[in-house]
Amino acid sequence: MPLLSLQNISRNFGSTRAVADVSLEVERGEFFGLLGPSGCGKTTTLRMIAGLEKPDSGSIHFDGKEITDLPPERRGFGMVFQNYALFPHLNVFENVAFGLRARHAAKEQMNERVRSALELVQLPGYEKRAIDELSGGQQQRVAIARAIAIEPALLLFDEPLSNLDVSLREETRGELRELVTRLGLTAVYVTHDQEEAFALCDRISVMVGGKLMQTGKPRELYEQPADIAVARFLGRNNLIRAVRLSSSKTNDGEFQTLEGGHTLHMPVTRDDLAPLNKPVVLAIRPEHVQLSTNDHEGQNALRGSVREIVFAGATSTVRVDANGLLLEALVLQPDGLRVDQECTVVLRPDRMRLLKQG
Amino acid sequence: MKADRLLLLAVAIVVLAYGVIYPNAAVVSSSFQRAGSWTLANYREVLSQRVVIEAIVSSLGLSIGTVVLCALVGVPLAFLFERFTFPGRRLFAAIAALPLVLPPLVGTVAFIFLVGESGILAHGIQNLFGLENPPWRLAGWPALLLFHTYTMYPFFYVLTGAGLRRIDASLAEAARSIGGSRVFVFTRVLAPQLTPSLIAAALLTFMTSMASFSAPLLFGGNVRVLTLEIFTARQRGDTMIAVTETVILAVISLAALIVFQRYEGTRKFAAATMKGAPRRRVTIASGKARVLAAAAAVIFAIVLVLPVATLFLVSFAREGSWTTQTFPSAYTLANYQRLFSDPYAAEVFFNSFSMSAIAAVAALLWSFCVVTLLVKRDRGKPALLGRSGRRLLSLLILIPWALPGTVVAVSVAEAYGQPSLLLGSFVLVGTFWILPAVYFLRFMPLVVRALQASMEQVDPALSEAAGSLGARAWQRFMRVTLPLVWPGAVAGTLLAFVIALGEYVASVLVFVPVNRPISIAIASELRDFNLGAAAAYGLVLVVIISISMVIAGRLEKLR
Repeated sequence: MPLLSLQNISRNFGSTRAVADVSLEVERGEFFGLLGPSGCGKTTTLRMIAGLEKPDSGSIHFDGKEITDLPPERRGFGMVFQNYALFPHLNVFENVAFGLRARHAAKEQMNERVRSALELVQLPGYEKRAIDELSGGQQQRVAIARAIAIEPALLLFDEPLSNLDVSLREETRGELRELVTRLGLTAVYVTHDQEEAFALCDRISVMVGGKLMQTGKPRELYEQPADIAVARFLGRNNLIRAVRLSSSKTNDGEFQTLEGGHTLHMPVTRDDLAPLNKPVVLAIRPEHVQLSTNDHEGQNALRGSVREIVFAGATSTVRVDANGLLLEALVLQPDGLRVDQECTVVLRPDRMRLLKQG
Repeated sequence: MKADRLLLLAVAIVVLAYGVIYPNAAVVSSSFQRAGSWTLANYREVLSQRVVIEAIVSSLGLSIGTVVLCALVGVPLAFLFERFTFPGRRLFAAIAALPLVLPPLVGTVAFIFLVGESGILAHGIQNLFGLENPPWRLAGWPALLLFHTYTMYPFFYVLTGAGLRRIDASLAEAARSIGGSRVFVFTRVLAPQLTPSLIAAALLTFMTSMASFSAPLLFGGNVRVLTLEIFTARQRGDTMIAVTETVILAVISLAALIVFQRYEGTRKFAAATMKGAPRRRVTIASGKARVLAAAAAVIFAIVLVLPVATLFLVSFAREGSWTTQTFPSAYTLANYQRLFSDPYAAEVFFNSFSMSAIAAVAALLWSFCVVTLLVKRDRGKPALLGRSGRRLLSLLILIPWALPGTVVAVSVAEAYGQPSLLLGSFVLVGTFWILPAVYFLRFMPLVVRALQASMEQVDPALSEAAGSLGARAWQRFMRVTLPLVWPGAVAGTLLAFVIALGEYVASVLVFVPVNRPISIAIASELRDFNLGAAAAYGLVLVVIISISMVIAGRLEKLR
């Protein structure tokens, strides 16, 4: 039985549909991500889990009990807010002890829990500090300590790292994951940063426009996006509009691209089959597009010319125009390539995906 | 939780019904009644009197003139002191708002001592040149406009300064970088952004001037304004005339409020992104300009301080020692000794302190009650009052502040002068409680505004965080919200307290022997030519107010 389950949750703000019919399940001990562009409803979903918003319809169950109408203070979930929401009038100790005081914890127990929470976030000895004396990274740690000090049944994160600079974000990310695993906690983590979600989460739900598009392990999502919205959001993708030529009886799908008029092949299953003469979208990641300067003949080999080479450190992106079809390829070293050079682009059939129109 | 808020709503409805709706309705309805039947006779009678028409015209003319003069003084000063730095800048900037904290009556008294025909300046010139008569008389239009400009220019100075500080320097830089001339940048970029500040200042100045009473009373000469007409009609016992004129004054004030706010609404700019740096002050380096600016700062600072300095000087004058001399000829502590030993003076101070304290504390409690209804704290839950409900509530709270003190006093007196529907056989008029009630009504909007501003600054996420950590609603209020908003609330309460302490306009209409406040004592000392005593009372008020303002300022910074 899942620890947390959301069933057909919806929430409107006025006439805007913030969250539309979302269902998901989080297993005990799982680090679960809610990923999507800003305004996609992921934060509202998290706030409904926390009890800070009430769903207009649908229900939320935790540990087998319905909690849809339970106020936040009776859920016992720890939450880390995007801006940390540390109490500016209280020092570090009082901030971390806040939830314990609300529970009227005994003094020794409170001191002990605050001490160990601060140790866990590597801020021992900071008890007396005022909040405005802390750096952003330290405030972030206090916010986490405050949430774990109540030994939460579920830990909720609302983009907790988005206010930190890049290097600190990556460092804290690792510590956060380790901390949650060590304490055996279950976490729901909201972010718009795909890389962060991939690095942290066991499973991720991708939300776009208030809808839950796809749930899966990071790799599944990346390699098998269910539709165009997910494909667009998760990393770069070459999206090629095409119509199917082959009959539905064969597994060798043959397509003609709308731009460039190339013929492409990829294996298809019966489920994938698109109706004849209706445009579909084929997707292939830039890192799976092969480039060569040789006159290469064969399946899915297209002739084109280099339009642009964008250097990005370890890799470079090469944009190729194949008779009107623009494709991006990710290469390690663009040696021997220059703009306007003729080249061959190979799209490996096993790396191509057929996407549903979103 | 919901029950608590319903109780608060009930309290709000009762207080507003008794304090705002019923008195104003009562005064309007009696202006349309005569001998128990509905009629326009009062208006026909009032508006056919030449003096009333003159009073309306004078009030409007005085207010418009005041707005123009205050803008002419306040705006250039704001530019000078906000945009440039030069020696003496801080001196003036520190005391620029001084006239705002002077109670109008005390300011009027100080003005009489300084520039009145037997004041220090007039006597000084008379003695210097051996003139037979004082060189001028402090009366009529010039006197009123001068005094109003002195007391109300800070609205323009402070608000324009704040507006200038808010303007993102990068906007002007951007306009310059794409080829805008200085004039172009000023008229097309700066001026439009300053307009909301200027409108707000004009509104405050206009309303304050419409409500002005002390100066027209003491040196208005033949300029009769509406507040004064209402006062004299009541003194004559001509209640019908007073009530009808009160309605006219109220309508003009509210109309001005609506017109200004309409215009302001069309001129509001949302600050797109406020990441740009505020403009830095430019150092005036050129020798001549630097000297001129410094001289201006010193002169203006002296002008600002002179009335208070005069008050200080006169408060030590021995009775009868200041007749034709430039300065009083003999000094004594007697005025202060009397203030602290005379049982009458003690009673007056006690009255003002207790009534202001009652009003201020009531306003503080009241503001927590209504701000809970006004500010939507829980993002996830629907508010008890909808948007229009909250607007109506804000409007009703604002009315006693927008109306001249004269109107508030007359309407409360009219509503609770005889047994009424709401109070049964209890009559408020003639009791101690009428002044605390009037003070409360007039100054509670200040406290509500202060608390509301503090409350809106508190990040809703803090309360949510407390909730997710297990704190109940009451715990969230006591441990998170209250510690964060109390400095603002107490600062607002202090402000209301000190303004009530020097209140004169409304007090003079409805005070009774048992609640005679300080301002009435000052006026009666002045009438008896006990100038030193009047000055001493005034100076004590100024000291108390200054201390309170310093404390309030400190509290504001705590926020």
